[in-house]
Amino acid sequence: MVGAGLIVIGAGIGLGKIGGSAMDAIARQPEATGKIQTAGIIFAALLEGIAFAALFAV
Amino acid sequence: MRKEHIFKILLAGLFVLVSLNLNAQEETSGKIDTRTGVKEFVDHHLKDSHYFTFFSDGEKGEHYGIPLPVIIWDQGLKVFSASKFHHGEELVELDGKYYKLYHSKIYKTGPEGIIEYGDSEFPTNEKPLDFSITKNVTAMIFVALLMFLMFWALAKNYQKRSVPKGFSRVLEPLVVYIRDDIAKHNIGPNYKKYMSFLLTVFFFILILNLLGLTPFGINVTGNIAVTFGLALITFIIVQLSGNKQYWKHIFWMPGVPIPMKIILMPIEVLGMFTKPFALMIRLFANMMAGHVVVMSLLGLIFVFQNWIAGPTFFGFTLFISLIELLVAFLQAYIFTLLSALYIGMAVEEHEDHPKDHGEDIPVI
Repeated sequence: MVGAGLIVIGAGIGLGKIGGSAMDAIARQPEATGKIQTAGIIFAALLEGIAFAALFAV
Repeated sequence: MRKEHIFKILLAGLFVLVSLNLNAQEETSGKIDTRTGVKEFVDHHLKDSHYFTFFSDGEKGEHYGIPLPVIIWDQGLKVFSASKFHHGEELVELDGKYYKLYHSKIYKTGPEGIIEYGDSEFPTNEKPLDFSITKNVTAMIFVALLMFLMFWALAKNYQKRSVPKGFSRVLEPLVVYIRDDIAKHNIGPNYKKYMSFLLTVFFFILILNLLGLTPFGINVTGNIAVTFGLALITFIIVQLSGNKQYWKHIFWMPGVPIPMKIILMPIEVLGMFTKPFALMIRLFANMMAGHVVVMSLLGLIFVFQNWIAGPTFFGFTLFISLIELLVAFLQAYIFTLLSALYIGMAVEEHEDHPKDHGEDIPVI
């Protein structure tokens, strides 16, 4: 149970970092929004994969 | 939230989905042993089944649906209809052997039909090899036929005119999107070879995800065996299309000192397997979690049973269902995109650059 909480905290921090950096990047270069979003989704998916794998291990 | 609450919620979800006669069920929902009730319910919805049940009458204990063919291999092929099991109530006798349907699985039993547990949590009875056309298989065959018809119509359209008509107009932008933004972008100039796989996998997952949102209780992409199969195909394609550079970067990466090569090699080999493993877990967990959340929220209505909770949780369910609609598209997209990414990593042509090798390829 504690492990699940830790995983969610970690995944939350990771998602926050991805989202924050993506927002920064879009604010700096609005013309690259599409590419940044695609990259962001990829990394969010990779993070999610690890988080789910850990959740199943718990 | 306490455990008992969660169990109550899940149990209430059972009554929403399984029974038609909700008013009659509300009175009994508090009295049934929640633990076993929930376990059975979760099994029933998330697992595969030998029946295609449309709805059940909880009061009479009747199920309305189609029994599917059972195909088992037990010293010879045996085919019969699942209706012979009468939803697990009766034994089936074939050539002196007895089979019992127990929690959606077929077990061999003696003539009394006793399921033995021994010391383990699961039944110790022997299982015959089960090749049945189950609910999931039916759904997959249905989707395969649907896709064949859809894309056959699309292909026919292009023979007559350059701009497709009717439903094909919906498909064209999706196909073009996968070609331009997923395949070309990630695989490179030789993308055409892999287009058929990427398109198939995208539409297969997408349609099955969307079918999972209908009230038929189809949960194919939330079944780990199905996602394992899909990930296995990606794994095989990636390994088969890997060029010399790809294998070199796994077993003897250039530009790294020799002791480091020895340390990195097992990690890279492990990486070969973690990538499809992550694909499998991601799709499975997302779809299964979505189903559970929707059912739990629906169930909350029947836990609280008052005028405030009803509309509130109806709204929540609607909200989550819309998110699930997004997730259905997103997961199909992600699976296709990552497959293309991995294929792209395998077929990529490296230029000789012996000094600088700090490439930004994701590990998983």
